Amino acid sequence: MLNIFIKRLLLAIPVLLAVASLTFFLIKLAPGGPFDADKAVSPQVLKNLNEAYNLDASEWEQYIDYMSGILQGDFGPSFRFPGRSVSEMIATGLPVTFELAFYAILIALLIGVSSGVLAALKRNTYLDFIPMAIAMIGICVPTFLMGPLLVLIFGINLEILPVSGWGQLPGDKILPSITLGFAYAAYIARLSRGGMLEVLNQDFIRTARAKGLTERNVVIKHAMQGGLIPVVSFLGPAIAGLLAGSFVVETIFQIPGLGRFYVEAAFNRDYTMILGTTIFFSAMIVFFNLLSDLAAMWLNPRSRDIS
Amino acid sequence: MKYYIFFTLLVLVGCSSSVTPVDDGLENQIFHFGNGSEPQGIDPHIVTGVPEHHILISLCEGLTIPNPFGEENLPGAAESWELSDDGKVYIFNLRKNATWSNGDPVTAEDFVWSWQRILTASLGSQYPDMLYYLEGAQEYHTGLTDDFTSVGVKAVDDYTLEVTLKDPTPFFTGLLSHYSTWPVHKETVLKYGSIDDRNGEWTRPGNFVCNGAFNLKSWELNNKIVVEKNPMYWDASKVKLNEIHYYPVSNVMTEDRMFRAGQLHVTSTLPSQKCPVYLEENNPDLRIDPYMGTYFYRLNTTNPYLKDIKVRKALAYSIDRKLLVEKVTKCGQIPAYSFTPPGSNGYQPTTSIPFDPDLAKQLLSEAGFNAENEFPKLEILFNTNEDHRKIALAIQQMWQQNLGIEVELVNQDWKVYLSREMVGDFQVSRAGWIGDYEDPNTFLDLMRPNRGNNKTGWEDQTYDLLMAKANSTNDQTKRYQLLDEAEKILIENMPIIPLYTYVRSYQLSPDVKGYNPHILDHHHPKFIYLERD
Repeated sequence: MLNIFIKRLLLAIPVLLAVASLTFFLIKLAPGGPFDADKAVSPQVLKNLNEAYNLDASEWEQYIDYMSGILQGDFGPSFRFPGRSVSEMIATGLPVTFELAFYAILIALLIGVSSGVLAALKRNTYLDFIPMAIAMIGICVPTFLMGPLLVLIFGINLEILPVSGWGQLPGDKILPSITLGFAYAAYIARLSRGGMLEVLNQDFIRTARAKGLTERNVVIKHAMQGGLIPVVSFLGPAIAGLLAGSFVVETIFQIPGLGRFYVEAAFNRDYTMILGTTIFFSAMIVFFNLLSDLAAMWLNPRSRDIS
Repeated sequence: MKYYIFFTLLVLVGCSSSVTPVDDGLENQIFHFGNGSEPQGIDPHIVTGVPEHHILISLCEGLTIPNPFGEENLPGAAESWELSDDGKVYIFNLRKNATWSNGDPVTAEDFVWSWQRILTASLGSQYPDMLYYLEGAQEYHTGLTDDFTSVGVKAVDDYTLEVTLKDPTPFFTGLLSHYSTWPVHKETVLKYGSIDDRNGEWTRPGNFVCNGAFNLKSWELNNKIVVEKNPMYWDASKVKLNEIHYYPVSNVMTEDRMFRAGQLHVTSTLPSQKCPVYLEENNPDLRIDPYMGTYFYRLNTTNPYLKDIKVRKALAYSIDRKLLVEKVTKCGQIPAYSFTPPGSNGYQPTTSIPFDPDLAKQLLSEAGFNAENEFPKLEILFNTNEDHRKIALAIQQMWQQNLGIEVELVNQDWKVYLSREMVGDFQVSRAGWIGDYEDPNTFLDLMRPNRGNNKTGWEDQTYDLLMAKANSTNDQTKRYQLLDEAEKILIENMPIIPLYTYVRSYQLSPDVKGYNPHILDHHHPKFIYLERD
C-alpha cells in the first residue's frame, strides 16, 4: 500500500504542474485585466501598475518567473489587495474553510450513514421511505436556498441562532455547518442504503446470522464494513468539493473562508490569487482522492490482499 | 429519538443570546457597520473604493473634513486657511495640537511628503489626478520633471502649508476631503518600505500610524476590521464612539438579514427588491438619502448609425424616465434630465430632455430611417446584474414600442464589460458615475476630449473651451453659467443618455445619531454616537 501511496503522490506532481501552467495561460486569455475599474486609470498609471507587478514582461518571462516562485513556495503578491501575499491569504482563509468542511462532513456522516443504514435495514417501511424522501429533498434543494431558509427560521423568526459570522457570536457555526452538511448527508444516505442493501443479501451475512450473531454485531461488524465502501470512495471527492465549493455557504453566512477569495479573485482578475488558490485546491482534490482510494482499498479485504 | 430532538433544541436555545451586537453596541458605544466588501487596503494613496473610504475616514484626516450638515467642508488637520485674490494660492494653517497616533506632531512637511508620494509614478496610485490641479503636479507625475520643488506645495514652516494651483479651483477645499489627499506618516511608511512601495506592511494593525479619530485595532481578512478611539486625536473629547466594527458583507441579502437580526447598526445598501416593500411598510429603519450620482447610457458615437445626433436624440427622447423610476427602480430615484445631478454644490443645470415619442420618431425618420429603411438591431451592453437587466428590459421595450427599433440585451462579466467599453466594442452601454467631490466639474470633466472615462468617442471643442474657461475663473456664478452652457452642449449632442439620479438607500438603526444624509455619503465618525430614544 505504501508503494501505491508514493507512486500516486509522485504522479500528482506533473498533474499540478499541468494545472498551474494551463491556468496561467488561460486566465491571461480572459478579457479584462486586474486594474480595469469603473473609473478608468490613465495610460500612464496603467503602465506604472504593470511595471510594479511585472506584467509588462513577456508572457514566457512572467511564466518562468511565476513557476520558479511557486517552486520556492512563493505565490506572489495579490493584485487586488496590495500589501498582501497570496500565501498569506490562503493561510488566513484555509483554517476556517477546513473547520467548516470538517463540521459539515461530520454532520453529513452522522445523518447520512445512520439514516442510510436504517433505511436499508427497514427496507420498504416508513423508516426507509421518510429518510430517503428527505434525502432526495436534500439533494435537490441547493445550498443557496437551504441557507437563507434556515436563517429565516432559526435566526430571524425563532431568534435562537445568529444569522451570520464565524466564531464571533455563540452558535454562529451551527447553521452554516448544517447547510453545507445537509446536501452531502443526502448523498451519503442514499449511498449507504444502496451499499448496505447489496451487502445484506450476500452469503457471508447469512452465515453470520446462522452462526447466531446478534443483529447489531452482524450490521456493525460485518455488513457496514463492506456496505460503506461506496461512502468512503465518495468522501474523497466530497471533501475536496466541500473545500472548493464552500463559496456559497461562506457568502450566505459571511464566513471568512478561502472559497470567497477563490471566486472573488476570478471576478477581479487577481491573477496570482486565482493561480494560488487553483493550485492549492487541485492539490487538495488530488490528496483527498488518494486518501479515499486508500481507505476504500483498506476496507475491502480483496483489494487489501492484492496490495 | 424524542430525547435526541429535545436535547438538540436545548443546545440550540442554549446557544442563543438575547443581547444582540446592536444592544451591546449601545451600551459600549460600539458601532457595527455593514461595509459592502473587503477593502483593498487602507493605504490612502493606493486604494480606490467606497468601503476603503468608510474605514479611512475614521483613521486619517485631511486638511478639511466633510460637514455633517452638508455645507462647506469643515476644518480638519488645518484649523484655517486663506485664499489669495486670484484664487490660486492657499495658505493652510495647521493645528498645533494635531498629532499622529504615535504622538508625533502633524506638520506641513508631512503633507508635502505625502503629496510627493501619491505623485510618485512608480507607486502606481490610481488617484494622482486629484492633485493635478496643483501647479507642476501633472508634470512631476508624468515624468516631465523630477524636481518636486516645482510642484505647487511647500511647507512655509512646521504649521503653514502653501498650495499653489494652476487655475482658481473653487472646489479645491472640497477635494481635500478625498482620501487621496490625506497625509501618511513618513517615518512609518519608510520603516516598512520605500516611498513607492505598494506592498509595505505599514498598514497592518500594530504598525499603522495616522492622524484620525480612531486607531486600527484589528483586521481579520473577510471577517471584520475593528478601529478604536484614538486618545491622541486633537478633538478626542468630541468623539463619543469607542469602537467601530466594519463587516465586509458583499451579499446584500446576508447584510439585510444581519440588520434584521440586530447584528448591524447600518447597512451599506439594500436589496433592490426590498426597497419598495420597505417603503410600503413605512419601515422606520429605511433611509433614502440624496446621492451625487447619475445612472446613464453611453452611446458609441463612432458607430456608423449612432454618429448621427438625430438618432442619439431620438433614442433619448423615447425614454420615459418617470415611468422608469416609478415602475422599475422603485426606490426614490429621481429622473435625470442633465448629466450633473441638480443641486451639486448649488449648481442647477437648466437642460431638459423631453419624453416625446412623436418627436423621437420624426428625428429618426429625418436621420433616414423609416418603414422601408429600418434601423438595424441595437445592442445594450451591461454588466451582469439583475437591476441593470430590469432597466435594460424597460428601455428595450420603450425603443421597440416608440421607435420600432429591435434591441438585444448583452450582459457580460464585470471585467469583460469594462474591457469592451474601454476599447469601444459596444453600441449602447449602461454606466454610472458617482462624484468624487461636490462640484459639477466631477461630472462634466468626464466628457472632455481625451478623458479616459469619456468612452463615447464624442469630442467637442466648444465644450472643451467652455470647461477650460469655467475652471479658470474665480467667480462662482460666472463659472456655473459656463458649466451650464457646457452641459447644454452635452445634452444637445447626447453622447450619453442620462436616466436617473441615484439615491443612497440603506437601513439605519434608530439608535444611531449624527449619521446625517450627505450627498457624497461621507460621514465623519466623530459626529456619530449611539443613543436609544
